[in-house]
Amino acid sequence: MQNNNQENRSGWPLWEIFIRSKQGLDHKHVGSLHAADAAMAIENARDVYTRRMEGISIWVVESKYIHASNPDEAGSFYDPANDKVYRHPTFYDLPDELKHM
Amino acid sequence: MLDQSTIDYTLHLADNALVLGHRNSEWTGHGPILEQDIALSNIALDLIGQARNFYQYAARLVNGRGVGSEPGKRGARVSEGPGEPSEVTEDTLAYLRDSWDFKNCLLVEQVNGDWAKTILRQFFFSAYQFYFYQSLQQSQDRELAAIAEKSYKEVTYHLRWSSEWVIRLGDGTTESHTRIKGALDQLWKFTGELFVPADYERTLAAKGVAVDVTGLRWLWDERVNDVFQQAQLVIPAAGWEQTGGKSGRHTEHLGYLLAEMQFLQRAYPGCEW
Repeated sequence: MQNNNQENRSGWPLWEIFIRSKQGLDHKHVGSLHAADAAMAIENARDVYTRRMEGISIWVVESKYIHASNPDEAGSFYDPANDKVYRHPTFYDLPDELKHM
Repeated sequence: MLDQSTIDYTLHLADNALVLGHRNSEWTGHGPILEQDIALSNIALDLIGQARNFYQYAARLVNGRGVGSEPGKRGARVSEGPGEPSEVTEDTLAYLRDSWDFKNCLLVEQVNGDWAKTILRQFFFSAYQFYFYQSLQQSQDRELAAIAEKSYKEVTYHLRWSSEWVIRLGDGTTESHTRIKGALDQLWKFTGELFVPADYERTLAAKGVAVDVTGLRWLWDERVNDVFQQAQLVIPAAGWEQTGGKSGRHTEHLGYLLAEMQFLQRAYPGCEW
């Protein structure tokens, strides 16, 4: 997959932003923004995505380094998992204290 | 007890923050790129928030209800114009004083110019506020100390953000270097005033209420020097330094800023959203 034009008029590349909202949770993709380098991307992310106390940690990845699966192959990729119910760990009893499973 | 020095000092701190906050807000919608537009608007809001805290405290002092004073006991009241004198609020202090009443330093009222000038103005002032609030946290006036403590974290980020931009521009392209060098030539003469105390600062510094700004100079110099080295910039030789803002003698730019900022309350007194 090739993303040719990920630079805007300012010439700054695009960055994907991941925010961890609190300790123990995963970093979640929240959006993207432009920045000249990683340091600026983190500061921009702080200003754009954590203004309302949304996060305690930020990851940034330049968008060109994200490789995605092809939507056209969704059928062969995902459909075969449909009838494999035995792959779900539903036969275990989970303790109540376990969250986020 | 009406303590004019503390009122003046609190207004000086409030005016510094409000005027620079307003200047930064002039960039909202005009930033060079969306992300930086938001960054500068955030800083503008931080500064206006600081200004509000100081104005609210100043209003309490003017109304005779400072910390430690008896509740309900009134000091001097300020007339809002025709009609009955009414109680002073943060809004009357921000919107109904004239430029000679404003006690902000000259640096913060300078016009935005280009991005480089806005950045350098912010860097100079954030570096000052960084050491200033650090020191004000030890003030004998607990209200001022509390506001300083809250503001310090905000300013720490402003300093980081503006330092990185000074380095980017200074150590960037020929164009960006020329621009920040031009900004330096325009702004340097206003930095000395930060460290020259006004009368009210001297009086209160002796009581342990105000920060002794003369003592911050070397810290500020060191910080600016450090960032300038990375930015390929050189601190100009000592020269003429423009002062007077802290005592109400301003450059021509403040009047225009106030005209725009105060217009609504002047034209439609008491108007609310």
